[in-house]
Parts: sequence; structure tokens; C-alpha cells
Amino acid sequence: MSETVIPYMVKPHPVTGLPNGKLGIWLFLASEVMLFGALFSSYVLIRIGAPHWPPEGGLSSEILNVPLGTFNTAVLITSSITMVLAWASCKMGSLPRFKMWMSATVFLALVFLVVKYFEYSDKFHHDHFPSHDNFFAVYFLLTGLHGLHIVGGIVVNTFLLTAGSKMWQTDPEHFTNRVENAGLYWHFVDLVWIFLFPSLYLL
Amino acid sequence: MDAAGHEDVSRHMGKYYVVFVALLCLTAVTVGVSYLHLTRPLAITVALIIAAVKAGMVAAVFMHLISEKKVIYAVLILTALFFALLLALPNLTTFEHHSGMPGT
Repeated sequence: MSETVIPYMVKPHPVTGLPNGKLGIWLFLASEVMLFGALFSSYVLIRIGAPHWPPEGGLSSEILNVPLGTFNTAVLITSSITMVLAWASCKMGSLPRFKMWMSATVFLALVFLVVKYFEYSDKFHHDHFPSHDNFFAVYFLLTGLHGLHIVGGIVVNTFLLTAGSKMWQTDPEHFTNRVENAGLYWHFVDLVWIFLFPSLYLL
Repeated sequence: MDAAGHEDVSRHMGKYYVVFVALLCLTAVTVGVSYLHLTRPLAITVALIIAAVKAGMVAAVFMHLISEKKVIYAVLILTALFFALLLALPNLTTFEHHSGMPGT
């Protein structure tokens, strides 16, 4: 099986100067920028074309729950630092510390989703579905897609925390690179929220 | 792990905590500014500047972009260019549309 392993997962590739996994995750993130960029561009277009935003009147901050949104922003920022600490723990050679910080990251991601669940159910309770108007169509699409990215991050991080961590015994450097790549993705998900929160809740 | 890598990471720990606190503070500032009820163009400008500063800090420090290889910068410059195009193109068409209909 060893000859089927992807090359340059630990040592940098002589051409790029990077391990293949890292270049791969950055290219993936570039494609993610275009995905969210296209939707953000549509949002700007819809807003510019609307006589009033939100269409039903008032302010976005009166329709959406700003304290919950702020809380969730803090949750994601905290999960970003715990992710950095998980990677740093690997770099410093401590698997138990990695597990502690990675568990915290997964826990915070779940907290984010639970808060989002309460926000969504409140909107549904008031008959505010994506079909209600452009404001809710944009809100549910952007936060929904972002929420799916949170779910994806939870799956990857949970794998690294459980079955994936066996690699620590055989190839700790490769495992550390995997954690770093998962971290790059996770910080990107945080970064998207940094723009979504003010654009949707506050403006 | 090698001792050099260990030392290298411990040197950066302080920076991670500083960025973490700065991100929380800037979140509070964004929310605080929204209660000032500035005019919409000003509010959008301020919020997007704060968001860009926060995003810059996450990318530079948490994602280690500050000391990354050239090939990543090349990928990101291309991405930024296409992202700008993506934002500009559909909106440029609406401006053209409006200017083509004087008095509307």
C-alpha cells in the first residue's frame, strides 16, 4: 500500500515549497471564496435594487436577534483560537493537549449550531421562511450555507479527534499537517462569519 | 517533534492571544457602532472596514499568511482579483441600466 500514498504530505514539494495537502486546502479555500463571493455579490445586487431594506420596513437589527448573533460571533472567534492551540499542541508534541483543545473547538461549533437552531425556529415560528421576502431568502441562504460549513468542520475535526488521531503514533508530522489544514478551513469559516454578521444583522 | 519547531510555536503563542482579544473587542465595537444609528453609507463603510481588519488578523496570524510561501500569495492574488470582478460585474450592469434610463 505504501506506494499508493500521496507524495509530499510531510516534506515540501520541490516546486511549490509546500506540502501537497496545504496547497490543496488553499486552492479549495480559493474556490470557497468564489462560492460565497457569488452569493454575496447577489446580495449586494438585491439590496441595491430594493427600494427599502429590509423590504418589510424597519431595520435588520430589529428583525434579527443581534445579542444572539454577537454571542455566536464570540463563540466562533473563541473556536478559532482553540483550533490554533490544538495545532500548536501537536507542534509541541502533546496529544492530550491537542485532544483537549480540539474537543473545545468541536464543542464551540456545536454551541454555534444550537444558537442558530434557536434563531431559525424563532423565525419559523413567526412564519418567516426563505419565501417570505428577499431579506429572509438572503438570510437563510447565506447563514444556511455557512451552517453547512460548520457541520463539515465538525465532521473533520471529530475525525481528527477520534479515529484520525491514531496517525499520531505512526506519523506525527503528517497528523500535525492534517490538523493545520483542518485549521485553515476552520479559520476560513470564521472569516466568512466575520463578514456575514455585520452585513446581515447590523446594516 | 523537533526542538526548533517547539520553540518556534511557543514564541507565537502570545500573538495568538492578542489577536483573540482584539477580535472580541472589534466585535464589540461593530455592535456598539450599530447603536449610534449612523447614516447607512457611513455605517456600511465603518462595519466593512472593521470586518476587513478582523479578517486580515485571522488570515495573517491564525492562518499564518504573514509568513507563507509565494505560491499561496499568487493563488490569493488571483482569488482576490476574481472576487473583485465577481462583486463588480453584476453591480456594474445595474448602474448601466439606470444611467440608460434618464429620469427613472
